[in-house]
Amino acid sequence: MLARIQDLGAATLTAIGRIGRSSLFLGRLLAGLPLLVKRPGLVIQQLYVIGVLSLVIISVSGVFVGMVLALQGYYTLVDFGAEQSVGTLVALSLTRELGPVVTALLFGGRAGSALTAEIGLMKATDQLSSMEMMAVDPERRVVAPRLLAGFIAMPLLAAIFILLGVGGGYVVATSMLGIDGGAYWSQMQANVSFSDDIANGVIKSLTFGFVATWIAVFEGYDCKPTSEGVSRATTRTVVHTSLAVLGLDFLLTALMFD
Amino acid sequence: MPSSQDNGVLVDVRDLRVARGGRPIFDGVDIQIRRGEVTAVMGPSGTGKTTLLRLIGGQLKPDSGQVVVEGQSVPALSRSRLFRLRRRMGMLFQSGALFTDLTCFENVAFPLREHSGLPERLIRHLVRLKLEAVGLRGAAGLYPAELSGGMARRVALARAIAMDPKLMFYDEPFSGQDPISMGTLVQLIRQLNDALGLTSVVVSHDVKEVATIADRIYMLADGRVVESGTPAELQRSQSAWVRQFMDALPDGPVPFHYPAVSLADDLLGEDSA
Repeated sequence: MLARIQDLGAATLTAIGRIGRSSLFLGRLLAGLPLLVKRPGLVIQQLYVIGVLSLVIISVSGVFVGMVLALQGYYTLVDFGAEQSVGTLVALSLTRELGPVVTALLFGGRAGSALTAEIGLMKATDQLSSMEMMAVDPERRVVAPRLLAGFIAMPLLAAIFILLGVGGGYVVATSMLGIDGGAYWSQMQANVSFSDDIANGVIKSLTFGFVATWIAVFEGYDCKPTSEGVSRATTRTVVHTSLAVLGLDFLLTALMFD
Repeated sequence: MPSSQDNGVLVDVRDLRVARGGRPIFDGVDIQIRRGEVTAVMGPSGTGKTTLLRLIGGQLKPDSGQVVVEGQSVPALSRSRLFRLRRRMGMLFQSGALFTDLTCFENVAFPLREHSGLPERLIRHLVRLKLEAVGLRGAAGLYPAELSGGMARRVALARAIAMDPKLMFYDEPFSGQDPISMGTLVQLIRQLNDALGLTSVVVSHDVKEVATIADRIYMLADGRVVESGTPAELQRSQSAWVRQFMDALPDGPVPFHYPAVSLADDLLGEDSA
């Protein structure tokens, strides 16, 4: 019994320690971000790795999620004779919820885990240490460009996801369900508000991008420098990102759409 | 300037104490590294030789005692002053620690591009010269994964001297090398030291190789310096530590057995449990 309480205490202390370390780490990184203005090349390179290389999975998922939404929405709406509103349903679901959330989950699995593994391996093979001995700060040279690229890439990926989802929904609605194309768009235009729905979706995707990238780079930088340490850190990135995104999504939804 | 500059001491370590996880690694270590010399730090595995280099390079802080490089106390330096000091230091890691996604050429160019602000054409010339110095100009386009262990270490050496450091650290440069590349590295360390006017610190447990190039040897054991002097003086030393290490005796002050309860107790204890 006493051992259980002791374990609980130890786990709590470890968790608090990690929160503290990751906050300090984030603070140092943010302080170093302005220096990247002089080295845009570093950020662009990471934007390619994090953003462009994630495009395929994001695009394909976006199209399919949009198509499924149109199908599912249609079968419910048709009972009420409201099937012409399927465009609204697809667009609102995507901009408010599924776009930011699913993109962030995919982003954590695709780009976040890769970031953690890359930084962790650089640590395990002394590359970060050797950089320090060359008087190059690895936090600024290696981590900061990745963090910034993640911030920028994630909202853009979410936007692409939503766009393609709406397109996929259109194709299904017009070709399979017999909805008029004009109704699909005009219903959407009439019922989706920029200031409420789209702006809030953007706020969500910015938040998720920030948290997902922060978790990924911190786990990599803080991992135990062994192969097991790197593999655990990669797993933790995916798990923590998913939990953080889902938890924050509830919080943001409750705050923004009252 | 402090007086340590006058008598030719570049790195002055005094009464250094470091403990890790309750176990003392250094328990009052004094080491003076003189300008222009090759100083070797030897000792059995696990005596904190690598830790010593990290302390001098400022990657770790001691619990107490002083580490002074060029008259500056390393643990007390601010981050930016420490980074400025490190530009005059080079370190060869045991693993080489080359950037695996960059070619040899780009590895050597890395510190120059980060710090020198030189035009690209000049950097290309400099990198070729550094690679030529370690005999690997021809390997410039290869990736670290395509190199043998010895070659990787020489490329890492070229990268470490790219910024023309004053002080070079070598962490176990000979471990895991075949006799040919071992001989090459031994020669390179001495030649670079003399030709470029470096001060070198070699951390190693390869007695024979180190004895041929070192001007001075410090022998670490049990958290202290147990003996120091020229290689010839160490050969004559009667210290039990030195004799065991130099003559590779299996048992001595460094015990063959890891500390444990007696074998009889261990075996009997298991039966009664």
